Amino acid sequence: MTEHVQPRFAVGTFTPAPGRGRLGRMLLAQTATETKLALRNGEQLLLTLIIPLALLVGLTELPIIDVGTPRVDWVTPRVIALAIMSTGFTSQAISLGFDRRYGVLKRLAATALPRWLLVAGRVLSGVLVIVVQLIVLGAVAALLGWSPQLAGVGESIALLVLGALAFGALGVLLGGSVRAEIVLAVANAVWFVLLLAGGIAVPASSLPAGLADVVGLLPSGALANGLTDALAAGTAPGPGPYLVLAFWTVLPAAVATRTTRLT
Amino acid sequence: MSEDATPHGATVHAGPDSTDTPALAVSNLVKRFGTSTAVDRLDLTMPGGTVLALLGPNGAGKTTTVEICEGFQRPDGGRVRVLGLDPNRDGAALRPRIGVMPQGGGAYPGVRAGEMLRLVAACAAHPLDPDWLLDVLGLRDALRTPYKRLSGGQQQRLSLACAVVGRPELVFLDEPTAGLDPQARRLVWELVDALRTDGVGVLLTTHLMDEAETLADQVVIIDHGSLVAAGTPAELTGESGGRQRLAFRASSGLPIAELLDRLPAGCTGTEPAPGRYELVGPIGPAEVSAVTAWCAEHDVLAQELRVAYRSLEDVFLDLTGRELR
Repeated sequence: MTEHVQPRFAVGTFTPAPGRGRLGRMLLAQTATETKLALRNGEQLLLTLIIPLALLVGLTELPIIDVGTPRVDWVTPRVIALAIMSTGFTSQAISLGFDRRYGVLKRLAATALPRWLLVAGRVLSGVLVIVVQLIVLGAVAALLGWSPQLAGVGESIALLVLGALAFGALGVLLGGSVRAEIVLAVANAVWFVLLLAGGIAVPASSLPAGLADVVGLLPSGALANGLTDALAAGTAPGPGPYLVLAFWTVLPAAVATRTTRLT
Repeated sequence: MSEDATPHGATVHAGPDSTDTPALAVSNLVKRFGTSTAVDRLDLTMPGGTVLALLGPNGAGKTTTVEICEGFQRPDGGRVRVLGLDPNRDGAALRPRIGVMPQGGGAYPGVRAGEMLRLVAACAAHPLDPDWLLDVLGLRDALRTPYKRLSGGQQQRLSLACAVVGRPELVFLDEPTAGLDPQARRLVWELVDALRTDGVGVLLTTHLMDEAETLADQVVIIDHGSLVAAGTPAELTGESGGRQRLAFRASSGLPIAELLDRLPAGCTGTEPAPGRYELVGPIGPAEVSAVTAWCAEHDVLAQELRVAYRSLEDVFLDLTGRELR
């Protein structure tokens, strides 16, 4: 280390010139930072892109679970539901848990950055990551021969938005309230359980009878079923999935506003 | 907006409104956690453009006090005004005007040092050049290192950079030199000095007495959440009534009661450790001569003999106790 340099702070260097930065610039800076961090983090990429890609290819090519045909048309909506859960819930909760541990929320809350902008930057960065996921997964699915029902695209976008909100609210609820290690363990465990038994990888029709009834009431099952109905079958999923996802948005969000801590 | 041409050019101490609104005015501050009282009727006043050092043992309430001033905690009683604003009610107006270095820093675990400082700089209207600041704080080699891989000292310096990059009027530094090597500590001292010269107020907490003695215009010692002493370093260490301390080493077990008989009334003497002697009182040339003469009579050589004013550390230990807690 060559730190014996005599730093010269010229008189006037620190003359106060306080003031808040421009809102657009702050939002851009924060969104860009959070997005870069999400796309640079190996463990998060594993959850948000690599595992969904592996499942997309694996479940399409290997007839281990009975889905409809063509297989890719049934697998893709479920993998998209998984990608939303990975970003909105697991990845969000873990990063929030460790961001709190490392004091970044307090650090940023002490700047001129308004609190709503802190939240907006996080939401926007989540949206950007989801867009990247949809592009990558959609392109690979297309290579595998995916042909979604175009009539269902409108509904599936509505379901995606609501699903991202529901998982995001659950992610903030978990990541904002307990210690980082507990967040890490719970977020991964819930992700794994919902993937296998929550109506994502295994359709409700292939699950044991008791579980099949419950799955539609979980955010994972509601999103996966809704997307499959809209994109694979081309049928309207009805109000069911929307109501379930709305419930899983409002309740955790209401609790999270009381439990979320900066550190 | 706020940076009009400096009327006095480059004169030293161009402190803005240092006379009208105090940078900090805390009165009768109370903060409780459950049944324990972290801050107990504390009063603080700090003029703009000055440096105040908050000293106290661990758990004395320093961080709680600072966090209340920053708006991170709500007081249970009393009145707090920072740059004339209530940190809780007027937080949005206050935050652009202050710089904060939280204890233990704060950044995304995976963020690079340069990215973090640029993000914080983007929140300010007229920030300092982040690259220059990183350079001058010795972080050039760490520009692309993720925060969690920075050494403790590098994290501290990045945190300090984040506190000053927005060109605030008042800076809160919670233990700014904790974990720094001596070179980096000097650098921080120079920076604090430069801040004061440019009219920025600095409230810092520290355990280091030499730090407080060197940097602060005003030292406030708190313990159990209450103020126990306040004043300039000179006022706190200067002996009222000309009391000095004389210390020397010699063989152990000398009869110092006999020595005290030859010294003016009001002198006290102890042997705090075997062979180490301390006398406190009005000690002048005649008294020093009496001590050495007495040693000669006992055929011992007084080694390391020195007369000193109390250090700030002595004041601190006298006021807050010497036991570990």
